[in-house]
Amino acid sequence: MMTPATLTELRDAVLSAPRVIAVGAQTKPRLSAVEAVKISTRQLSGITEYEPSEFTFTALAGTPVREIIAALDAKGQYLPFDPMLVEAGSTIGGVVASGLSGPGRFRYGGVRDFILGVRFVDGLGRLLKLGGKVVKNAAGFDVPKFLVGSLGRFGAIGEVTFKVFPKPESTLTLQMPFSAEKMAQLANSRFELDALDVPPGGETMLVRLAGPAKALEALAKEIGGKIIDNAVWREIRETPWSFKTDITPDQINDFKTAHVSCGGNVALSNTPPPRGMTLRGDSPLWIGGRTRFAIEAVVKQALDPQNRFPTLDD
Amino acid sequence: MRPVELAAYESDGLTAFHTRPLAVVVPETTDEVIAIVRLCHELRLPFVARGSGTSLSGGSLPIAEGIVIALNRLNRILKLDPAQRKAVVEPGVVNTQVTTGAAPFGLHYAPDPSSQSICTIGGNVAFNSGGAHCLKYGMTANHVLGIKAVLATGAVVEWGGASRERLGPDWCGLFTGNEGLFGIALEITLQLLPKAECFHTVLAGYRTLEQAGDAVSAVIASGLLPGAIEIMDALALEAAVAAVHAEYPPGCEAVLIVELEGPREVVAIEREKLDAILRASAPVEMRPARDAEERLAIWKGRKSAFSAVGRLSPDFIVQDGVVPRRRLGEALRRIAEMSQETGLRVANVFHAGDGNLHPLILFDGREEGALHRAEDLAGRILKMCVEMGGSITGEHGIGVEKREFLPDMFTADEIDCMQRLRAAFDPLGIANPGKMFPGKEAPALSHVGLHPLEKAGVISRE
Repeated sequence: MMTPATLTELRDAVLSAPRVIAVGAQTKPRLSAVEAVKISTRQLSGITEYEPSEFTFTALAGTPVREIIAALDAKGQYLPFDPMLVEAGSTIGGVVASGLSGPGRFRYGGVRDFILGVRFVDGLGRLLKLGGKVVKNAAGFDVPKFLVGSLGRFGAIGEVTFKVFPKPESTLTLQMPFSAEKMAQLANSRFELDALDVPPGGETMLVRLAGPAKALEALAKEIGGKIIDNAVWREIRETPWSFKTDITPDQINDFKTAHVSCGGNVALSNTPPPRGMTLRGDSPLWIGGRTRFAIEAVVKQALDPQNRFPTLDD
Repeated sequence: MRPVELAAYESDGLTAFHTRPLAVVVPETTDEVIAIVRLCHELRLPFVARGSGTSLSGGSLPIAEGIVIALNRLNRILKLDPAQRKAVVEPGVVNTQVTTGAAPFGLHYAPDPSSQSICTIGGNVAFNSGGAHCLKYGMTANHVLGIKAVLATGAVVEWGGASRERLGPDWCGLFTGNEGLFGIALEITLQLLPKAECFHTVLAGYRTLEQAGDAVSAVIASGLLPGAIEIMDALALEAAVAAVHAEYPPGCEAVLIVELEGPREVVAIEREKLDAILRASAPVEMRPARDAEERLAIWKGRKSAFSAVGRLSPDFIVQDGVVPRRRLGEALRRIAEMSQETGLRVANVFHAGDGNLHPLILFDGREEGALHRAEDLAGRILKMCVEMGGSITGEHGIGVEKREFLPDMFTADEIDCMQRLRAAFDPLGIANPGKMFPGKEAPALSHVGLHPLEKAGVISRE
């Protein structure tokens, strides 16, 4: 395993072997379980810029998310999409490459909605910076978004810039019986829920509110249910789920053994789902096939003409 | 079409450029769009897709040796799913029609470019349009869940659409903002959001722009996340007064508008915090909107500012640079200096919350060389934005207008990478050629004046 300590070394590492893949803390090990020389981002770590007044930070790919959360927290800010497996050591580069968001993605969106810019090495060994470092930017193609969920198959991510938000004053969790109608009603309500999950079994529903404590108490009364400890979200975030599936709220009943997150849009499970992506274990990376168009291979060719990185099907 | 009818398509919102296309095709179904693109591919015939032609960067400027594909008749909302808060629309659907369709269900479509009453979703997707609420809600790309598109090769793709989450690379994210260089979106799945229950909108007037800027910093530092933070300078205020009889506190060089939104219980608490911060920022006067009507009046003044500038000057061009928010004051100072140096008046209306400037450079096109002097000043402002660590465009896109500035933001390798991507989607280079990338011969600037709808105050350049 190679351990570059600078972006130049990352570029050299990419060029040093015919087939390479960047890895972070490998908290989702199946995503990088391919025949390729591993480039660890372990030494490529640290927040390079953080401007609380700009709502942005830039960090090297191997920076543990834990470190980023602590730095943001010290300034009253946070990553609203709830990065997963933080305590297990997940890195910010891994968050981007895996495209894995937590329950907080419900309110303001996922990893894709907060990434602003990226520095990465393409298959030609070029260190490229695309996107920007300001919260609003429409210059050039949005390659940073494309790399979210790209599993390191189109380039090796070296550094990322994210948008952040001020952290809400407090959060409050409600537990109540699950029903599809109630869920749709809450999701469409005036309450502006922060998270809306259905734990395995499909009998209960978890609702998170975020904002000024006094206001949340009033909202909770109207919503109903039982107030429970906020620690439940930590458990959800830190569970090493084996599979992830993109679903719609009307499929919740088909994913009863899974933890359903984001108002019925993500299923996380430890038993193989009918379709989805494997995060850990020996199952094929893609379960139940995946839709692909001819353009995928052509774009792969454009960014990585020598297949220096594995393909999405390797 | 007869030549006289083609004339309507010669320009878009960037009226300094105009080109007469070979022909304009007005398909009525997505199958027709696919057939046209396939034919273009076969004939190597360049095409420019166009919605309402409100691009401010010349993004839908026709090409003399190509055709325009006008998508206005593809204007159906195909599906509205209130339970899952989604809408599937054709590219010619007008932005506000999505919100109008969703309103009976208590939902709305968040991106709100100032031309929203006529601009189309297809154009919004092609240029990743923004609006006044981007800091909190993001741009168009953040609300696109799925895209069915015909690529420039004639291939049809369908990405996402059902779930808010996705597996694998974010193709919709890459396609949004492609500036028409990849192909044409045929069906777009949009995320809808519950309409905020309650708003608190405050207008505060300040003696100086710097004080208004300091107030923004204080709001940002407070931990509040307003839906919108906007500033208008003295010249923009003068214009709004002339155009819609907006009324502002006297003796102010700047007006700040801050809007909070959310459940009433949350807004009740946050408004006290906001009001206290603004009171401490030494405004000349503070005017919280007392009802929906007053709120709309504040926004009417703000959103009219651009077209209103047309009353102060025969012509103007608008820029769209972004600077880090903390450097807004410095940027405005430097713009004022450049304005003095060149003798060209510059009005400033901007999204202060995200550092997105919209300097309006006023000139008289009848004066020899005035347009070029204005373009020069615009270029200097863009270079300043890049130098400060910002961007040459926050929401209008590169188009024809800013392509010569792309190398100020990106290295040759980075531009090459984007060109390789473009070639992957469009190997023949027939989809909206001449946009985004520098190098080709630039069309000559010409003086045309304000867009007729702009003169009428129906649309504005923002």
